[in-house]
Amino acid sequence: MPMTENGEFRPLIVAFCCNWCSYAGADLAGSSRLSYPADVKIIRVPCSGRVNPMFILRAFERGADGVIICGCHPGDCHYTSGNYFARRRMTLLFSMLDYIGVENGRTRVEWVSAAEGAKFSATMNEFVEKIKSLGENVRLGDLRCKD
Amino acid sequence: MQGLIDRLSALLSDGTVARVLGWKKGDMPYNPEPHMFETAESLKDFVYDGFCGANLSKMMIEASKLEGKTAVCLKPCDSYSFNQLIREHRVDRENAYIIGVGCRGKLDIDKARANGIKGIEEVSGTELDGPDSVSFKTIYGDKEMSYSDLLLGRCHVCKGKEHMIYDELWGESKDTADSERFDEVKALEAMSPAERFEFFKKELSKCIRCNACRNVCPACSCRKCAFDNNNFDSQQKANVDSFEEKMFHIIRAFHVAGRCTDCGECSRVCPEGIPLHLFNRKFIKDIDELYGEFQAGKDPEAQSPLTDYTFEDCEPGIVAERSNG
Ligand code: SF4
Ligand code: SF4
Ligand code: SF4
Ligand code: FES
Repeated sequence: MPMTENGEFRPLIVAFCCNWCSYAGADLAGSSRLSYPADVKIIRVPCSGRVNPMFILRAFERGADGVIICGCHPGDCHYTSGNYFARRRMTLLFSMLDYIGVENGRTRVEWVSAAEGAKFSATMNEFVEKIKSLGENVRLGDLRCKD
Repeated sequence: MQGLIDRLSALLSDGTVARVLGWKKGDMPYNPEPHMFETAESLKDFVYDGFCGANLSKMMIEASKLEGKTAVCLKPCDSYSFNQLIREHRVDRENAYIIGVGCRGKLDIDKARANGIKGIEEVSGTELDGPDSVSFKTIYGDKEMSYSDLLLGRCHVCKGKEHMIYDELWGESKDTADSERFDEVKALEAMSPAERFEFFKKELSKCIRCNACRNVCPACSCRKCAFDNNNFDSQQKANVDSFEEKMFHIIRAFHVAGRCTDCGECSRVCPEGIPLHLFNRKFIKDIDELYGEFQAGKDPEAQSPLTDYTFEDCEPGIVAERSNG
């Protein structure tokens, strides 16, 4: 398990951020000098609707401890309805992940606009704390290994 | 059964249909196989009994491309699959002549084996209007088992004996549902996340990636499947990619979410006995609870819940509220 020098668990967190809102929100957080933990690895996507459920499975298979998807607020999607489709897909996928043993706290969707740098930073800080409290994730890559 | 054969041969002889898609006697009395009969004469090998679990609707994709109509025998559960294939523009309704065949549940030979019945030479009593018990002639002597103890798991949670689509009906059905459809899913939901992970790990580790579940699934009708190897134009070759290999079951379950009719074929054909329906049924249960009851294949016009949304849909955070872990 990856640890800091003082023995604290360092989670691996993947954040899929929509280009039109939360990715800009992350920028604003930066330029406003609001911090968020370096454990969060941001992957820019054109829209929350672009997030194929396989991306999330892949992140967990590769050892992510938590995955968060950030998109435009409902009603504000640059492509009109991408986030509405994403909302259903992610709800069902998260429920399935929970069902196979990846606790629900490890998955999250947040709607963060380009103007919400503070919300971005607060969301990430809070999510990292949550994942730290859950500890290391099950190894989804081991789902098909007899031991 | 003779009545059904007579009717099918009449349809062939009078030119209503050009061929018949049904089941043919197999090499063992308990494994009839799907078959396309081209002549009335060949129907002498036609069989419809308790072991005809195979859902023929997916084979209508290829049959739809042939000249003339194809008569197809569909059980009540198969008719949902056919409707769903119409919805997805994969079969041509006009090219099908559907005989809705009655059903009193289909049988699982593994249940006989688990009961110590081995070396089976002959089986009787499995016809549609047969008795309540099935007789086995084996190399170790005669054995008997009740019809209901031999039923496939899916028949205990049957959606009903009404055909969703047909041109004509044949045979009397009998009710077989005696369990709650979502009981198995609820039992898993009640476990801790760690127990669930162990459960699925134990089950999925048995998988030999034969792809039978995908090949039999009427919802898995993509022309090019995500699990075919793109480097060669061959089917059934798993991509040599550990991600797809490990996540196969979850990915496939997600692909068919909202389109799976819960026909139960995946679990029936899995040579390792993996309860694959536990994935699809979880999606069905969630869809029912979160977006309103939906039965794929009931109405060929209905919009799949995953290609739809409403402004009032719940937020993904609801998963945390509904789960125990
Ligand atoms: S996933 Fe299984 S139950 Fe669902 S349609 Fe496919 S074969 Fe039938
Ligand atoms: S596994 Fe997915 S891509 Fe392959 S046939 Fe089924 S639905 Fe299509
Ligand atoms: S039928 Fe069973 S063993 Fe074959 S690929 Fe599907 S789950 Fe694996
Ligand atoms: S463009 Fe941001 S969610 Fe669609």
